[in-house]
Amino acid sequence: MTLDRRTFLAGSAAASIAATIAGRAMAQGATIDVASIHDLSGIFDAYGKPMEKAMQLAIDEINAAGGLAGKQVKEISYDTQSQIPLYTQFGQQAALKDKVAVVMGGILSASREAIRPTLKRFNTLYFYNTQYEGGVCDRNIFCTGVTPSQSVEALIPYAMSRWGKKAYILAADYNYGQIIAKWVQHYVKMNGGETLQVDFFPLDVSDFGATIAKIQAAKPDFVVSALVGGAHLSFYRQWAAAGMKSRIPMASTTLGVGNEQIVLTKEEGDGILLAYNWSAEIDTPANKAFLAAWAKKFGQADVKEIHELAVATYQGMMLWAAAVKKAGTADRMKVIEALETGLSIEGPGGKITVDPKTHHCTLDVVVMEIKDQKLTVVKQIPQVPPLDTQAVCDLKANPNSNVQHEIKI
Amino acid sequence: MDFAVVVIVEILYAVASLALISAGLAVVFGMMRVINLAHGEFLMLGGYSAIVAVKAGINIYVAMLVVAPLVVGILGLIVERLVIRFLYGRMLDTMLATWGLSLLLTGLVTMIFGNTTTGISTPISGYRVGAYQLSGYNLFIIVAGVLVMAGILLTLRYTRVGLIARGAMQSPDMASGLGHNPQRIYMITFTVGAALSGLAGGILAPLTGLTPTTGGLYVAKAFITVISGGAAVVAGTLSSASLFGTITQVVTLSSTPVWGDVAMLIAAVILLRLLPQGITGRFFRRQV
Repeated sequence: MTLDRRTFLAGSAAASIAATIAGRAMAQGATIDVASIHDLSGIFDAYGKPMEKAMQLAIDEINAAGGLAGKQVKEISYDTQSQIPLYTQFGQQAALKDKVAVVMGGILSASREAIRPTLKRFNTLYFYNTQYEGGVCDRNIFCTGVTPSQSVEALIPYAMSRWGKKAYILAADYNYGQIIAKWVQHYVKMNGGETLQVDFFPLDVSDFGATIAKIQAAKPDFVVSALVGGAHLSFYRQWAAAGMKSRIPMASTTLGVGNEQIVLTKEEGDGILLAYNWSAEIDTPANKAFLAAWAKKFGQADVKEIHELAVATYQGMMLWAAAVKKAGTADRMKVIEALETGLSIEGPGGKITVDPKTHHCTLDVVVMEIKDQKLTVVKQIPQVPPLDTQAVCDLKANPNSNVQHEIKI
Repeated sequence: MDFAVVVIVEILYAVASLALISAGLAVVFGMMRVINLAHGEFLMLGGYSAIVAVKAGINIYVAMLVVAPLVVGILGLIVERLVIRFLYGRMLDTMLATWGLSLLLTGLVTMIFGNTTTGISTPISGYRVGAYQLSGYNLFIIVAGVLVMAGILLTLRYTRVGLIARGAMQSPDMASGLGHNPQRIYMITFTVGAALSGLAGGILAPLTGLTPTTGGLYVAKAFITVISGGAAVVAGTLSSASLFGTITQVVTLSSTPVWGDVAMLIAAVILLRLLPQGITGRFFRRQV
């Protein structure tokens, strides 16, 4: 038989189409695919890498327990390289090419808003597992991180009771920073305090000398920092280098989320107050099992890399798995309905329950202080509902809602 | 009163750090008319050299003041021999070549260290001025800026090497006729410029974290300072650094760092409209 170019092309085209169809049928048949879209390199990789590991750990545990709906779960991982445009691209790829059952991912609020519309348009379920500024009202998304009424509401009154009434706010200049700064102002005012000044910084600002002088001139009782990312970390260094640590105390809504307390030295980090959902110190069987499983999979030395966002990702994945189990299928609408029954799981950060009206979570909050590069628990507040989003969002009444509400001051 | 001291120290610090990041470029561009678009990456490499040296257990001052300039100086020498020396007098080609070099260096550093932030703590503790607390490291940077500028000035003005270098820049043929080898002088000048960039990168490293793309933050400021300064290496850099440093800090103190940078850029545009040859094109013309 002679093989000319035309028959070769026709034959190979047919073969590749057949292979694609077979491959897709296999993919849809044998496993349930989930997408992980996180920054695994670039300036936000300190946030993203442990989140990706938490996904792997959760999937291992789900598969070891027999998988979901009779199938194994398979992860498809994307590295967005700390670049927002890649979120849009990979979001489309996950929804259209890989046709995944759920997308877990997004770190900065800007990245969430880059993929949220894409995933909604293509009917792909989305879990956003990051502490954020609250207010997203969209039936296709579940937010498992703490929101301001959970973190800021715990943090600010505690800080004010310890240090005084006058606050100076520093925040990153994008949607998260702008909105969280308003929440901080709101809670400072609610507790009878006063905000002296709010300063915003683009993410690449790394010289804070003039700012530190300005803060001293304003003489606040404490500083609230909502600075984000690697460049902003130099603020804490310069603050300590100027000897400010002993003079004006600080609380932060972001520090520690990416385990910055182990990047900073003891002198730079000690004494800063934080409030989130999880601390390695939480003494529950679920947390101990989680830490032990992490140590077994990634090594004991890696345990100190676990942070708030990794735990939220693990909990988000487990909530989704519980919903698939309950629904008996990974079908998007059935899973959403299962989650909307007010599903709850026992995670490393305590009991976490889906709030059906807002698709946010009711969870435990811990106020912590950085001590010797560790997050030491100073106060625990059980089962705090996401009041901020509840005040503006009701997906039961308006299931087609697709907005992010902002607080008005 | 105390606040006035704070403001003055902050301004001096801004001036000194602008002068430091521009010094290497001022030597290379000001004297040789070579536009080195990889200048920012030289600074970045100086920073990484210092950080790697500190993490290897070397004393931080040795790392910043010796290792960083040495490493980047050697790199500058290699770059001059392999690339720049073929391109003297061809400004566009040099720009293209050094831009390519900057991409290459960024890529290499990303491969070695990863696209993450690294940093070390500053070695000097804070001090107190009245009711205010200031960073001791800022004073160190001011002193370093003064010493570097004084060093360049004294070398160019009062040493035989400086005289030969200035002569070769003004008239290579004449210098050649007098028995000096212009190729060799260019090589040494470029190496010294690179070493100065490495020194600045090393000194600034503890203050801010470093990423492989840090160079981009420096290069624009350095070029604006050097071009606005004009032909004279020391007088030009110092006068434009003083002007821009003051404007940036005063605006930053009264608003935010964003407006500080905006004000600096506006000032540079107006300045270059009025003085296209830079400050030393009209004032301090006979200075070095």
